[in-house]
Amino acid sequence: MSEALLKVEDLRTYFATEEGVVRAVDGISFEMRRGERRGVVGESGSGKSVTAMSIMGLIEPPAGDIVTGRIVFDGQNLLELSEDEMQSIRGGRIAMIFQDPMTALNPVYTIGDQLMETIVLHQKVSKAEAREIAIQALRDVQIPNAEHRLNDYPHQFSGGMRQRVMIAMGLSCSPDLLIADEPTTALDVTTQAQIMDLMLHLAEDRGTAVMLITHDLGVVAGFCDTVQVMYAGGIVESGTIDDIYHNPQHPYTWGLLGSMTRLDDATQHRLHSISGAPPSLIKLPEGCRFRPRCQFATDICRQVLPVLRPVGNAGQMAACHRSEELDLKALSVDGEVGAAASEVTS
Amino acid sequence: MTDATSAYQQHIGEAAALPENVMLRVNHLVKEFPITRGVFFKKQVGAVQAVSDISFEIRKGETLGLVGESGCGKSTTARCVLRLLEPTGGDVYFRTGEDDHIVNIATADKDTLREIRREMQIVFQDPYASLNPMMTVASIVAEPLVVHDVGTKEERLERVKELLQVVGLSPEHANRYPHEFSGGQRQRIGVARALALNPSFMVLDEPVSALDVSIQAQVLNLMQDLQEELGLTYLFIAHDLSVVRHISDRVAVMYLGKIAELADRDALYEEPMHPYTHALLSAVPIPDPDIEAKRSRILLEGDIPSPANPPSGCRFHTRCPKAQEGVCDVDVPELRELEPDHWVACHFPEVKKVF
Repeated sequence: MSEALLKVEDLRTYFATEEGVVRAVDGISFEMRRGERRGVVGESGSGKSVTAMSIMGLIEPPAGDIVTGRIVFDGQNLLELSEDEMQSIRGGRIAMIFQDPMTALNPVYTIGDQLMETIVLHQKVSKAEAREIAIQALRDVQIPNAEHRLNDYPHQFSGGMRQRVMIAMGLSCSPDLLIADEPTTALDVTTQAQIMDLMLHLAEDRGTAVMLITHDLGVVAGFCDTVQVMYAGGIVESGTIDDIYHNPQHPYTWGLLGSMTRLDDATQHRLHSISGAPPSLIKLPEGCRFRPRCQFATDICRQVLPVLRPVGNAGQMAACHRSEELDLKALSVDGEVGAAASEVTS
Repeated sequence: MTDATSAYQQHIGEAAALPENVMLRVNHLVKEFPITRGVFFKKQVGAVQAVSDISFEIRKGETLGLVGESGCGKSTTARCVLRLLEPTGGDVYFRTGEDDHIVNIATADKDTLREIRREMQIVFQDPYASLNPMMTVASIVAEPLVVHDVGTKEERLERVKELLQVVGLSPEHANRYPHEFSGGQRQRIGVARALALNPSFMVLDEPVSALDVSIQAQVLNLMQDLQEELGLTYLFIAHDLSVVRHISDRVAVMYLGKIAELADRDALYEEPMHPYTHALLSAVPIPDPDIEAKRSRILLEGDIPSPANPPSGCRFHTRCPKAQEGVCDVDVPELRELEPDHWVACHFPEVKKVF
């Protein structure tokens, strides 16, 4: 296996608020290979977007701070770079696309201006050459009439088209890593299918590594090679998509899969809901963070924060004290948890 | 009106006499929003037909799922059914509980409406926007009781506590404010409020779309339990087709203000006949990598046309892989019953399993 493209080690990103310190990302470590498509899944507040922003160097002190950790990209620790050096990596070698393309695009500049700005900034080309690259970039994302649409403003594009422009912008400098933060969450399902299909083809053709941040386990199943599941600022499980979907080792992953409605499920059985809600990131529970919602919790879960360690299949990792003794796969997801829905913690 | 829905119309009948098992019937419902120009002297220059002559019925105790993408008119339909929006045309017949008589909501006067609204309630999508942050949970849940002048203050408080328990909250929560609750708990408060007057019919307008997956499951289970215990009838509006399959008995698919297909849920998901339903179902990801690896998607070209200027003939013909010139761009397909209880508005319907 070749050298990792991205290596995140014990990253901790905290935010100071009036109520206290929010531990948004609290000690996560993971690696990405070149060309890997990795899903980062979790519910709101699990730390997925803050992970992305930390990698992009978009955490602004004093509000937020990367307290410890290393983010090694292609051999360089990004946290030791100056703002100028970071500037040349951001948008060039690592690009990012956001959930809401309307707020990510500047409404008073044309699509062409905004595309060419990135290109001129990162590549030594003339304005005319930049224009050619921009037109090609729009063609690559299948925008018809690219040379004319270059002069249009963002509001003249539909939601799906704007997200195509964002992808064109993200890929215009041939990055090694593309971070896509909920790229299709704001879109309709047929448009989502178009966009995911486009991203898959472009990433495959160019060998671009993609970190796909999403709450939708369905989208990940069709796009990614690997997944990491996040909960309350930590990674609770990681592995290949096959491991995670067919052999989950962490009760949270298992519960998440069981609480999803599926298009191909003809039964109308009760969903396996996970009781309660995620903890406050200011006052995290002692021991395992999932413990208050976990139906399998025992004394050790109350006392010791479990670390991410190899369990299950080769390469699979989970942060659960009881992974070995629990046979989650064998526990049928329906029928198992009856009254979970009516339990409410406050 | 046009004869586009005439077959369905004949099926469900013209007169207001509803069959025993029908709770609500929508006939030829139309809703237009004016497009105006000018600031001081507003002039109407056109109209957006958000709902374009649709008919359907909801049977007692069932859940009818209404699905479609943004702008298809599903929420407008729901709001016209409750007459939160004034329909431009059409009728909405509703069977009221007490004396079992039938009221046309679309033409009912104010007093009648006020009475019927005890029996029909709505739960909104956004549990953050639909609860007043200045009011305690007790006053939010009791508000319908106050409006309809039910009980004394003490009786109302008792009812509030009972309702909170029914939706899985604790009676002690009554004196707290909405911001002290998570999204899922807020949605429970919204449900408690909707239940306050013992309605028989509820519109659920994207009730779980704003919630995280694990919380979604809690609220969906709650809605199913309540339906079973209280014998409620639901109109469930959503864009998420897997959620709709899970909760509905029958499903209607809308596209640009029209119903494209209407069927029992299993027939709709396993044997869909409309090309739009095919595309929609094939686009929904399934959380299983083995299944996803084998699937092929029907990718639609382009975007949804503007409802201000809908395509001629079949509204889907501009993006339909099966469209034929001279037919689909000319004739409006009528909703026809191709299998028992399976209605399709397409000139070239075909059963196709897409996942």
